[in-house]
Amino acid sequence: MAELVLRNISKRFGGLLAVDNLDLDVSEGMILSLIGPNGAGKTTVFNMITGVYPPSHGTITYRGNKLNHLRSNRIIRNGIARTFQNIRLFKSMTVLENVQVGLHCRTKSGAFRALFRTPHQKQEEKEIIDRAMEILEFLGLVDYRNEYASYLPYGDQRRLEIARAVATQPHMLLLDEPAAGMNPRETAELMELIIKLRDTGLTIFLVEHDMRLVMGISEIVTVLDHGQKIAEGTPKQVQENERVIEAYLGTKSKERA
Amino acid sequence: MPSSNVKKFIVYSLFMGILILPMVGLPSTGFEITRALLVWGVFVGILAFWLLGKSIRGSDAFQSAAGGLAPFRSRLFDNFTKVPTKIYLCLLLFALAAYPQVANNYMVDVGITCLIYVVLGLGLDIVVGLAGLLDLGYIAFYAVGAYTYSLLNLHFGLSFWSCLPIGIVLGAVCGCIIGYPTLRMRGDYLAIVTMGFGEIIRLVLNNWDKLTKGPNGLLGMAKPAIGYPSFAEGGVKWVSYSLKSLHSLYYLILLIAVLTVIGVGRLNNSRIGRAWIAIREDEVAAELSGVPTTWLKLLAYAMGAAFASVAGAFFASKLSYTNPNFFIFMESCIVLCIVVLGGVGSIPGIVLAGIVLIAVPEVSRELQNYRMLVFGLAMAVMMVLRPEGLIPATRHKRELHETEGETYGE
Repeated sequence: MAELVLRNISKRFGGLLAVDNLDLDVSEGMILSLIGPNGAGKTTVFNMITGVYPPSHGTITYRGNKLNHLRSNRIIRNGIARTFQNIRLFKSMTVLENVQVGLHCRTKSGAFRALFRTPHQKQEEKEIIDRAMEILEFLGLVDYRNEYASYLPYGDQRRLEIARAVATQPHMLLLDEPAAGMNPRETAELMELIIKLRDTGLTIFLVEHDMRLVMGISEIVTVLDHGQKIAEGTPKQVQENERVIEAYLGTKSKERA
Repeated sequence: MPSSNVKKFIVYSLFMGILILPMVGLPSTGFEITRALLVWGVFVGILAFWLLGKSIRGSDAFQSAAGGLAPFRSRLFDNFTKVPTKIYLCLLLFALAAYPQVANNYMVDVGITCLIYVVLGLGLDIVVGLAGLLDLGYIAFYAVGAYTYSLLNLHFGLSFWSCLPIGIVLGAVCGCIIGYPTLRMRGDYLAIVTMGFGEIIRLVLNNWDKLTKGPNGLLGMAKPAIGYPSFAEGGVKWVSYSLKSLHSLYYLILLIAVLTVIGVGRLNNSRIGRAWIAIREDEVAAELSGVPTTWLKLLAYAMGAAFASVAGAFFASKLSYTNPNFFIFMESCIVLCIVVLGGVGSIPGIVLAGIVLIAVPEVSRELQNYRMLVFGLAMAVMMVLRPEGLIPATRHKRELHETEGETYGE
C-alpha cells in the first residue's frame, strides 16, 4: 500500500470547489509532482494533507493512520513535513534557531526542566544543536548559522525552509513550489538537493511550476485542473497527454477561432 | 547646520509650542506666559542641542577627525568587550546589593518598587515578548498573588514561603483560564479580551465583600520570615526572623528578581523559548514545523502569571495591606510600557526600563504635575527614535567549536 493515500478528497470554499473528488497515491521513496495551471488546487491539497484545514469530503490516510482531523503538529510528528509557497521563516531568529524549532517535535524537555536546567535538559539542548548543525551542513548553510533568517539571500531562504522541514525528521517531504523565483543555476542546485534528499530515504511530494525541474526529477507526475485530476503517469506520458496540453494551452477549437 | 535640520528644528519647536504653551500656560486662572515660555524654552534648547550635535557629527571635518581616532576607539572598545560579561554582571549585582547601604529609607522603598516591576516586566515579557500575545490584563495575576497570600495568611496563618507555591499554582491556573478562550484570537482582539478579564478580576475583588472586604482591602498580613538554627541553651532550636525592615525586604525582592532574570533567561534560550518566538513570528509556520502552538500559548500565559503571582505575594506581604485599587488597568499599561520601552524579548532592556520607568517619576516628584508630561513625552520620543527599545533583543550566537569563542577577542 502506498505511503500516503487520498481517497475522494474534495474541498469547498463557499461556492468554489477547489478540489473535486481527488484520488492520489504517493508511494514510499519516490518523487511525485503535482502540477497544474494557477488556481488548480495544488496548494489546497497540501494544506489538507498537513491539517491546515480538513477536507470537506473524503479521507487522507498516512501509513494506515487517518489524518483528517488531526492537528497540524500531530501530522508533522507522524512524519510529514512541508515548506511554503511564499517563504515563511522565523525572521528574527537565527538560521540555526530556525532549524532548532524544527527539532521541537522530536525532543521532550519542558519548561520546568528548562527553568532548573537539569542534566537531561542540558544534554538534550546539546543534541539539538548537534543535530541542527548536521542538517545545516547537509544543506550547505553552516556558514550562515548565526545570521538572522531575514538576511539570507532568497535561494538560501528556500534552502533554510527545507532544512527546517527536514529537522522534523519526516518520512515524506511536501515541497510547495520550491523553485519559485529562482534563477536557472539555483534551480539546478535545487534539483540536485531534492535527489540527494530522496536518496536519504525521503519520499518527495512536489508542487511546482518549473517544468524543467518537474520533468527532470519526477517519477510520477499528476496533473490537476480545476480541482480534478486530468492525467497521471511518467513525465513523458504526461507531456504527450491531450488533456494536459489542452489545460495548459487551451483547446484546439479555441485556437482556430 | 544643513537646511534640513533647520527645517526640522522649526517644525518640531512649533509642534512642541502648540502642545506645551496651552497645557502649561493655562492653569485654573489667567495665563502664565512666562512659565509656559520657560518650559517651552527648555525643550527647544534640548532640541537645538540634539540637532546641532547631529549635524556636527555628520560634517566632513568631524568625520575625518573621527577617522583618525577610530583605531584608538576600537582598541578601547576591545578592552571593554574582552572582559567577560560575567564580571560586569557581578559588578552590577554588587552595586544592587550595596544600594540600600548608601541610600535612605525612601530610596530603598523606591528600589523595592522598581524591582517588583522588573519581575512583573519579565513575567509579561514571556507572554508579550516571547510568545507575542498582547496581554493588557496582566496585572490581574499580580492581584491573584497578592490576594492568595493575604487570604491564606489571615485565615489559616500560612507563612509567606508556603503561600508562594500555592500562589504560583493559582496564578498559573488563572493564566490558563484567561488564556484558553483567547487561543484563537490575535492582536487587537486579544488585547481587548485580556483587558476585559483583567477588569473582571479587579471587580470581583472589589465586590466580593465577604471574602475580600471589598474596597477596604485586607490588612495585617505577616511579613515574610526566615528561620535559622540557634544553638543557645544547649539544644538546637529554629528561630524565625521576620523580615520587617525595608533593607531585608529589599534583599528578598532582589533575590526574587535575580531568580526571575535567570529563569526567564533560561526559558528564552531553551526549546520552549524558541518555540514561543516561532509562534510570535509566524504561528502557522510554527504549527506546521511541529510546534504544538495551543499548548505552548497556554504555557506562556501560565508561566507569565506565575511570575506575577510571586511579585504580588511579595507586594502584599511588604505592605501588610492590599486593596483592589492597586490593580487598576493603568498598572497593566505601565508593565506593558516597561516591556515595550525596554525592548520586546530583551532581558537587560526590561530590567533597565523597569528601573528607569519607576524610579524617574519617583525621583522627579519636585516637578509636580509636569513629571507625567515629561514621562509621556519621553516615551513618545523613545518610540520615535528607538522603536526597538532601550536595549534591543539579540539572539544567541553559536561558534562552531567552543574554543573559538574563547579566542575571539584576540
